[in-house]
Amino acid sequence: MNQYPAWKYLLVVFVLLAGLIYALPNIYGEDPALQITPARGFEIPPELQATIDDALAAEQINYKSREQEGNRILYRFNSNEDQLLADTVLKKALGEQYVVALNLAHSTPNWLRAIGARPMTMGLDLQGGVHFLMQVDMETARGQQLDRFVDEIRAAMRDKGIRYVSVRREGAGLLVLLRSEEDRDSTVEFMKSDQSLQGLDLIEQDIGDKFGISAKVKEAQLIELQQTALQQNVTTLRNRVNELGVAEPIIQQQGADRVVVQLPGLQDTAIAKTIIGATATLEYRAVDEQNDAFTAAQTGRIPPESRLYKQNTGQPVLLKKRLIVSGDQLIGASSGFDQQSGEPQVSVTLDNLGADNMLKFTRDNVGNRMAVVYIEQKPGGRKIEEVISVAVVREPFGKRFQTTGLNSMAEASQLALLLRAGALAAPMEIIEERTVGPSLGADNIAQGFMSTVIGSLLVIVLMAVYYRAFGLIANLALLANIVLLIALLSLLGATLTMPGIAGIVLTVGMAVDANVLIFERIREELRNGNTPQASIRAGYDKAFSTIADANITTLIATFFLFLFGTGPIKGFAVTLSLGIATSMFTAIVGTRAVVNLIYGGKHRVAKLLV
Amino acid sequence: MKFLRGKTNIDFMSFAGAALALSIILNVLAIVSLATRGLNFGLDFTGGTLIEVSYPSPPTIADVRQHLAAAGMPDSVVQSFGTATDIVVRIPPHSEGESSADISTRVLQALQKGVEGEVIMRRVEFVGPQVGDELTEQGILAVVYSLAGIFFYLMFRFQWRFSVGAVIATVHDVFVCMGFLSVFQVEFDLTAVAALLAVIGYSVNDTVVVFDRIRENFPRMLKALPRDVINASINQTLSRTLMMSLTVLLTLVALYFFGGKILNSFSVTLLVGVVIGTYSSIYVASAAVLYLGISKYDLMPVEKEGAKAAINSRP
Repeated sequence: MNQYPAWKYLLVVFVLLAGLIYALPNIYGEDPALQITPARGFEIPPELQATIDDALAAEQINYKSREQEGNRILYRFNSNEDQLLADTVLKKALGEQYVVALNLAHSTPNWLRAIGARPMTMGLDLQGGVHFLMQVDMETARGQQLDRFVDEIRAAMRDKGIRYVSVRREGAGLLVLLRSEEDRDSTVEFMKSDQSLQGLDLIEQDIGDKFGISAKVKEAQLIELQQTALQQNVTTLRNRVNELGVAEPIIQQQGADRVVVQLPGLQDTAIAKTIIGATATLEYRAVDEQNDAFTAAQTGRIPPESRLYKQNTGQPVLLKKRLIVSGDQLIGASSGFDQQSGEPQVSVTLDNLGADNMLKFTRDNVGNRMAVVYIEQKPGGRKIEEVISVAVVREPFGKRFQTTGLNSMAEASQLALLLRAGALAAPMEIIEERTVGPSLGADNIAQGFMSTVIGSLLVIVLMAVYYRAFGLIANLALLANIVLLIALLSLLGATLTMPGIAGIVLTVGMAVDANVLIFERIREELRNGNTPQASIRAGYDKAFSTIADANITTLIATFFLFLFGTGPIKGFAVTLSLGIATSMFTAIVGTRAVVNLIYGGKHRVAKLLV
Repeated sequence: MKFLRGKTNIDFMSFAGAALALSIILNVLAIVSLATRGLNFGLDFTGGTLIEVSYPSPPTIADVRQHLAAAGMPDSVVQSFGTATDIVVRIPPHSEGESSADISTRVLQALQKGVEGEVIMRRVEFVGPQVGDELTEQGILAVVYSLAGIFFYLMFRFQWRFSVGAVIATVHDVFVCMGFLSVFQVEFDLTAVAALLAVIGYSVNDTVVVFDRIRENFPRMLKALPRDVINASINQTLSRTLMMSLTVLLTLVALYFFGGKILNSFSVTLLVGVVIGTYSSIYVASAAVLYLGISKYDLMPVEKEGAKAAINSRP
């Protein structure tokens, strides 16, 4: 007889219930909300919620609820107006210590959230937002690294009193030229022992009457350099995006030299482009105190170890070519007031390498001046170099130090912003941009929903008319399949995009195939004169290997689509393949359970409505 | 309801010659069109900038062109898009010096000129020249690898003649689809690539169902000619083949009419693909298996093979 053991019925019921529960969060709406996070990753003080409550109460803004999750506080509001009003109020009240971002928070009930159920994330093409793909210019990053080696070798040779003819970049490597064999021997010796020069392969070669050492950067070192440069850029972009106040930004490395930036729900794209697209770097350099900048600017005679720069006030300034600290060694900067003098100041924090270099420099240069150079790469190869601050070194310092001598608090916060935002390890270029306005996003959702509903209805009607009772059973399986697919996508944290919706719609059309195969087999068995019960069993059994073969070949195609596809196309591949996989369950096990329940117990079935 | 009353008994293979001629004609047409007209590559492949905006009231395209030319973008292409108030501006990739940010801002300013009310930005897409080449490469790789994967899977599950037949049929379908896109100059974008891969999946799916029946029928119809076995198999699966095409076509029609312009190329490609895929599973894949000289000995349960075949038919 066509009976399932009890556990199989239970399995079907259990899977369907789980599917329903995990698909459920998608039908709840979203609350307009504000998300508050600390700007520099410090801990949220316990009194912050009270501060926010007071600020909101003072303006008589009511909120729906608030919650704290790790280092993030979320305030939900009843209306968009309240949300926008609160945004202005809180930005003023909290200052630059915190990032206040507009957000849409899912209003999934707590009991669902407790079991890990969450709605699908909407892709940028559905909720609107900006997508950037940025290419990191590794050529320049390598050049900068070579420059750093040149500086280090020169400095070390000066320290050790070895006289050299020249130390310079040569093609993809370095060339050190010396006057004597002995000089070369001692240079090779220190280069081999110096910790920071370990990444170099050295070859001795004579050039004319000079004794040369040519150095190439080791392959492993190059790869490590690329990796750090990329990670540094990702970190920098993250900091910059924080300044934008976007609720759930995505900043990810893609491949060996690319970064993806996604800013969902962002409305003002022009600001995003200026902040993200700014390819700025910073450098700390010593001021050349021996020579006068004005004379150098007038006569054009610039000392060989220095370069002439322009200050943002327009005055010329001579800076040493040797770099003290570069922008990628800067970890943080914030503006505030000096506790003793009450003057505006910027506090800067460096990483360990930067701190070492800074300490070495400042120990020998108390009383001398130090300058910050801001370098911005404009598209088309133009470069803006500007000295944004010149300050006297008052005492030796390393990891943390303050820059004073600023004219106003506004200047201080401007400098802090530039310092924070301006530390890319290598220049980047936007090679792909996709911006979707909120109105198009809303249209896409409506159209995606509409086509899914109409597509499903057409198939449901056809199946019901063509296969009658069995068609209705297949339709149940089809609906269950959609629910299971949505549940799986939600559980996996997949992002729903327009091609993803196309995948769901196509799944609806393809998923009934398994049932078509089974029902056609049953009809065939009946035509061959078999009893209804035997026909049902034979239909399911014989169709199985066909269904498996047909679906596996389709899965092969979608697998390679996933492997080679980018972004939204991956989404299509994922929904289609998951849909096919879930349909194997609903169309075979699910419909069989229903068929068994209806016909399985009866000894005599006169006619099958198939 | 039934499309086909009882058993059908159509001699499909008697039309194989005519079908072969039709397939050759379709493929030659496709290749000629691809070579001469080429594909109407979308922004994803060509690079450049695309901006879709919505006007408060229907704009005059000529005026829009004039404003853009005045703003220094004479090479931009303006088209209406979907509704009367929406337009799309396409700007070819500039050699260098200008970022997408600058271009889109300038275009939006130029479009706003002389318009009362606000021109709403619907979407901006900028694709750099590096990206397009990669997409082409990845698209081709995806097609080649999935064909190879399917070839080996069918070889493992069936026999090499079936692998060859299925792959010929699938390549046939891909060419005819691309030929259609080329002849009618449907925009070939990323979603069209996804659709082509889905066509591969669909076409093979359809083919495998017929193959499965052929494999099942050979040991049963020991006295029949291979040609008759294939004919019988196609007839037995015909009703399923039509039903499957119909359900997929219905969903595609829904997608075409209600899914919006973004999925246009996708649904058109698949609509063509489903029709041609259904045809090819009968006339290309099965006919190829026949021409390649399939015989009952290829699928007869021999000692070891037999064990495997038994497992296959009774899971």
